[in-house]
Amino acid sequence: MAELVSNTPIVDVRDLRLTINTDEGAAKILDHIHFSLERGRILGIVGESGCGKSTIIRAIIGTLPAGVQVEAGTIRFDGEDLLALNEHELNTRIRGSRIGFIPQDPYLALNPVFQIGTQLLEIMRWHSPDDGQGRRDRERRHRDRLVALLRRVQLPDPEAALERYPHQFSGGQRQRLVIAGALATSPTLVIADEPTTALDVTTQQQIIDLLRDLVDEFGLSMLFVTHDLGVVAQLCDDLCVIYAGQTVESGLTADILARPRHPYTKALLACHPDRAATFSGIPGNVPSPLRAGSGCRFAPRCGDARDVCNERRPFMSVDRFGRAVDCILYDIPAGVAAT
Amino acid sequence: MTQPDVAPRLGSLLVRAARQEPGPPAREDTTHIAAGIGRPPRLLILRKFARDIPAVIGAAIVAFVIVLAIVGPWVAPHPGDVAASHLLQRLKPPSAAFPFGTDNLGRDIFSRVILGTRSALEVALAVVALAAAIGVPLGLVAGYATGWLSEVVMRVTDVFLSLPQLILALALAQLLTPSLETAMLALALTYWPFFTRLVFAETRRLRASLFVDALQGIGASSARIVFAHILPNAISPVIVRATIGLGFTILVAAVLGFLGVGAIPPQPDWGLTISESRNYLPDAWWYAAFPGLAILLAVLGFNLLGDGLRDLVDPRLRRSR
Repeated sequence: MAELVSNTPIVDVRDLRLTINTDEGAAKILDHIHFSLERGRILGIVGESGCGKSTIIRAIIGTLPAGVQVEAGTIRFDGEDLLALNEHELNTRIRGSRIGFIPQDPYLALNPVFQIGTQLLEIMRWHSPDDGQGRRDRERRHRDRLVALLRRVQLPDPEAALERYPHQFSGGQRQRLVIAGALATSPTLVIADEPTTALDVTTQQQIIDLLRDLVDEFGLSMLFVTHDLGVVAQLCDDLCVIYAGQTVESGLTADILARPRHPYTKALLACHPDRAATFSGIPGNVPSPLRAGSGCRFAPRCGDARDVCNERRPFMSVDRFGRAVDCILYDIPAGVAAT
Repeated sequence: MTQPDVAPRLGSLLVRAARQEPGPPAREDTTHIAAGIGRPPRLLILRKFARDIPAVIGAAIVAFVIVLAIVGPWVAPHPGDVAASHLLQRLKPPSAAFPFGTDNLGRDIFSRVILGTRSALEVALAVVALAAAIGVPLGLVAGYATGWLSEVVMRVTDVFLSLPQLILALALAQLLTPSLETAMLALALTYWPFFTRLVFAETRRLRASLFVDALQGIGASSARIVFAHILPNAISPVIVRATIGLGFTILVAAVLGFLGVGAIPPQPDWGLTISESRNYLPDAWWYAAFPGLAILLAVLGFNLLGDGLRDLVDPRLRRSR
């Protein structure tokens, strides 16, 4: 039984569909999102700007903006359906305590008017149950733990750092602070929203190495959202490629990068400056979620598109290694029909 | 040192001051974590403030007014002249014995101007504190909430803002029995919308900021985000507005006193004294001139100080000189 529980994925998102009502009608911002994150692994979610990456994170931690409706789907965290929980349960049991969050831009993610120690200890204070050992004692343990964490994330002079304000740190240092803050409450899952995008390349590398080490050391699972396939290649065990609010391909990172199947993944990889012989890009634009037709959303930009692509959605085909592709080319019924 | 860095620093300074906490010790021995941070921020702010001559003058006037309000009854040469009358020495021009002259009841105007400082300051502080106590929470709620709640609060605020403050205060003061308390209530009830609009705008800006997003993501409740995190960030412009508001309220309170809906005789109120002097003008010019100068000086002090604080908080808004 215990084995059964530990074998369930830490995060399991099935068939997630979100719409937002606009003046021009309902827009499908997420449409058939599937992915699951196994314990102790790092899953990269990759897609272009505006494809719904951040919306997925917001759906998981329950901070969707007003007006967004969950049409269908489930988000299971450790076996529990997060969409069924109310705000209070999320605040007390899930966010911050069991799910740590590393936001996008470390320059802006800390409250500018409070000392680092004040804000990070505050988070630890509200997520620690009263264990009856006295407040003073708990405060001291929190402080010790925070200093140890700051030392672990290689922040220089962690004792003094507690007394400083966010503007007194560089970008990389602030990202280390935010990472320490996310780990301070001993979460099992950490969600990182493009944590390296705002940093320069050398700092980026250091942060990636740090995250990799921390995941192994603390037994974490991590959901890593980015648009940078280079970062994914270095950091993530598994990969889920999103296009226009849909999962188009998922599987092991190394496998997908070596042998991409979906035409979008192929095109995306071809755009990467390290791989591309000539810079081509992908012709056309991401379609508006307002005008989602019945066919494949990538069809208008796809080099391999055929008539049937505009008529119906492909079926997600999953091979025995867990590699999933959402394309008509790998669609078994269509494939059978073609041969 | 880039200029926008100054705003959060002042914010933190003010927050710390409000909480009466000691600042971080000025460390000379430790290595500075970020390059380019030379001096402790508090000193930096003080140096910047010290270069702003009008603001320093304003601060000096305000300090003088506050000290006078506290020690007034002990330094006034004739503290009994609040209610006393010495008819033999009425309407004497300024002299060595009576530097500001005497009024129609022979009272020393110099003493009465000094004694009036405390009530003027009390009125101003009470009015601004009450207005902020009403306006700031409303602005926070309206700024953080969306939809009808925010709309209702802001439209009511707009209605109050659209009425001229003095007229509204007069009407309210007229409705209730005229007294200093009524005037204070009327002024507070007409001044809160300024705080609401200000805090609303700040909250709207901060609500979209990433640290609020991050706080939501780690399980902070709305109340905690609004009062523990957004409010300290929005407090600097509130302090600036409150400082200017103190001067403005002294002026309006004097007007109400002049019109007879504020202080009642024999209170040594500045506005009331000017009102009483009308029958003796222009011969007894000192009767109106010195209380008037007191009002001028107090209002000027608070305005200069408020302007200087605003320049510190928002370096982009330069005062026109």
